[in-house]
Amino acid sequence: MKVLIAKPGLDGHDRGAKVVALALRDAGVEVVYSGLKRTPDEIVQEAIQEDVDVIGLSVLSGAHLLLSCRVIEGLRAYGAEEIKVVVGGIIPPRDVAELRKLGVAHVFPMGTPLPEIIKVFTKEASER
Amino acid sequence: MKEIRAHAGFPIKPVYGPEDVADVDFERDIGRPGEYPFTRGIHTHMYRARPWTMRQYVGFGTPAETNARFKYLMGHGQDALNVAFDLPTQLGLDSDDRRAEGEVGRVGMAIDTLADMEEAFAGIPLDRVSVSLTINGMAAAITAMYYAVAEKQGAAADRVVTTPQNDILKEFIARGTWIYPVEPSLRLVADLIEFSAKHYPRSNPVSVCGYHIREAGCTTAQEMAYGLEIAAAYVELMLARGIPVDDFAPRISFNFTAWGKIFEEVAKFRAGRRLYARMLRGRFGAKNPKSWMFRTLIGGGGSAFVVQEPENNIVRGAYIALAGALSGAQTMALPTYDEAYTIPSAKAQLIALRTMQICAEESGAADTVDPLAGSYYVEALTSAMETQILEEMARVERMGGIVEAVKGGALQAEVARQAYLFEQKLVSGEIPKVGANCHVGDKAAEADREVELYAFDPQVAAAQVAKLERIRRDRDNSAAARALRRLSDEARSTGNLMYPILEAVRAYATLGEIARAMKDVFGEHKEPVRF
Repeated sequence: MKVLIAKPGLDGHDRGAKVVALALRDAGVEVVYSGLKRTPDEIVQEAIQEDVDVIGLSVLSGAHLLLSCRVIEGLRAYGAEEIKVVVGGIIPPRDVAELRKLGVAHVFPMGTPLPEIIKVFTKEASER
Repeated sequence: MKEIRAHAGFPIKPVYGPEDVADVDFERDIGRPGEYPFTRGIHTHMYRARPWTMRQYVGFGTPAETNARFKYLMGHGQDALNVAFDLPTQLGLDSDDRRAEGEVGRVGMAIDTLADMEEAFAGIPLDRVSVSLTINGMAAAITAMYYAVAEKQGAAADRVVTTPQNDILKEFIARGTWIYPVEPSLRLVADLIEFSAKHYPRSNPVSVCGYHIREAGCTTAQEMAYGLEIAAAYVELMLARGIPVDDFAPRISFNFTAWGKIFEEVAKFRAGRRLYARMLRGRFGAKNPKSWMFRTLIGGGGSAFVVQEPENNIVRGAYIALAGALSGAQTMALPTYDEAYTIPSAKAQLIALRTMQICAEESGAADTVDPLAGSYYVEALTSAMETQILEEMARVERMGGIVEAVKGGALQAEVARQAYLFEQKLVSGEIPKVGANCHVGDKAAEADREVELYAFDPQVAAAQVAKLERIRRDRDNSAAARALRRLSDEARSTGNLMYPILEAVRAYATLGEIARAMKDVFGEHKEPVRF
C-alpha cells in the first residue's frame, strides 16, 4: 500500500499532513509527502508517477471544494480514477456531503482522531 | 502517584519547597521588574501604569469589509489592530493570478495595490492607532504600502507605530508563506529593519515568532529556544551590515503563545526574558537597556481549542488570558471559540476581547507586577525551563545554527516529530482535552450546528479583480514599469530594496508585479521535504 499526502493550494499549515504521514509510516504504509503549495496537476502527476493507492489532501484555508474537485478531475483526465482521494482539514459540516458528491472517498473534518484516519486509509487501500 | 510532566518534558513534583530554589540568586536571576535581567517583567509597574494592548487578529474579504470589522472592534474598546491578509497577498500573487483561485479574501483580506491599503485604513488615524501586520514573505512590500498610506494621511513618520511580522525564518519552519530562497529572504528582512530604524523610529520592524512553531507542534522550551535563535540570527544580520546593535535592537519584538499549563507558560516567559537580556547584553554588547527587553505579544494558540463543545473554548481562552497576564505580556490576542470551525464571527471576536477586558479589569491579575515571583514552584520551574531552553538552543547549534537547520529541513523535521508525539499523547490521554479525550459528551462525534459559519462570498474575488483591472488601466503605466525595473536592478545589486519597493508601491504597481520583479532575480525557495 502506498499513499501520497499532499498539500494543494497556498495553505502553509502542514502539521496535520505531517502527523498523518508519520502515523501512516508507523503503521507500515509507504508514504510520499508532496511538500507545500502543490498545484492539483502536480499532485495528480506525482500520484501517478509514484503509483499510489490513495491521495490524502490536507486543506486548512477553506479552498477544499475547489482544490479537491481539480484533483479528481485531473485523475479522470489521466484515466487514473482508481486512485482514491480522501480529504482532511478545516472542513465545515455542510461541505462534507459536497465533497463526497465530488467523488471524495472519505472526509476527515477537524477533530477526527488519528487512529480513525489511519484505519480509513488502510481500508481504502485494501479495497482497491 | 501518577507521573506528570511539563510540556517541555521534565517531571513536575507534587510539592516544591525552599530546597528547590536553593540555587536561585535573587540579584542574579530574578531582580526587580524593569531592571536587568527583567525576569519579573520589562516595566517597573507593568499593568498598574498601563494595561496590555488588546489586539485581535482580524481580516477577511475585501479591504472594505475588514475596515468595517476594525471599526466594530475599536468601537468596543480594542485599542490596536492586528491584520490578517489572504494567502495570495501573503505569497505575492495578485487576485487574478491563476494560483489565487479560490483563495482570494478567504483567510484574510485581499491586497493588490496601494489603493486597497488606503481603503483598509480609511478613517483610521495611523498616527494614533498601532497596527501589526501579519505579513512575512511580502513584509517589505506591504509595510511600504502601510508607510505610503500613513504618509498620504499626513501622519508624521515618528508617530507611526506598526509591527510587520517580517519573521521569515519561522515561515520556513512552520507557517509556509515563504517565497524566495533563504538568503534573499533574509536580505529583505534586514532591509525592512534597517529602513524602519532609520525612517520610522517607533515602528517594530520585526516580530520574532515562537508562536507559529509551537502551533506547528514544538514544545514550550523549543518555542522559546527557536525564538531566541531566530532573534539572534536577525541581530547578526544587522551587525554584519555594520549597524550598531543599539540602533535597532530596542524595536525588536516577539510573538509567543501561552495556551499550555499556566505555570509552565509563566516560567517560559520569565526564563526567556532573562536569557534574552543576557544574550543582548553579553553576546551582542548592547548598552541601551531597551535593547535587552523581550517585548512580546502573547497570543492564544488555536491548537489549544477543540471542536467538541466549542463554547468550552471560551473558558480555555480565559485561562490563556490569565497565563498571558501572569507572564507579563505587552500585547495580547486570543483565539476565538469558533476557530476550529470558521473565520471568527463578530460575536466570537467580541467574546475574546471581553475575555481580555475581564482579565484586565476584574480578575486582579493585573493588580501587581509578576505576582507569582518567589513561589517555590514558579521559581524552580523558571530555572528548569531556562536549562531546557539552553539545551534546545545547543541542539540547534549542533544542527549548524538556525539558518542551516532551516535550509536543510532538520528543524522542520524535529517540529513534525514533536507534533506527532503530542498527537500520540492526545490519543493515549496523557494530555487531557475535556470533551475530546476525557469527559466526552454524547454528541462528541458530531460537529456543532450552532456555530455560525462565515459565509464566504465568491463575489469578493470578482470585486477585487475588477478593482485591480481598473487600477492597472488608470495608473501611469510607464512610471510603474520604471519602478519595477529599478527594483529588479537593485535586487541584482546590494542596495536596500525598501526604496525601490516604495517607489513601485507609490506608482500603484501590484503586489504580484513587485513579487515577480524580485522573483526574476532571486528565484523561488525549494522546500526541503522531510518528515
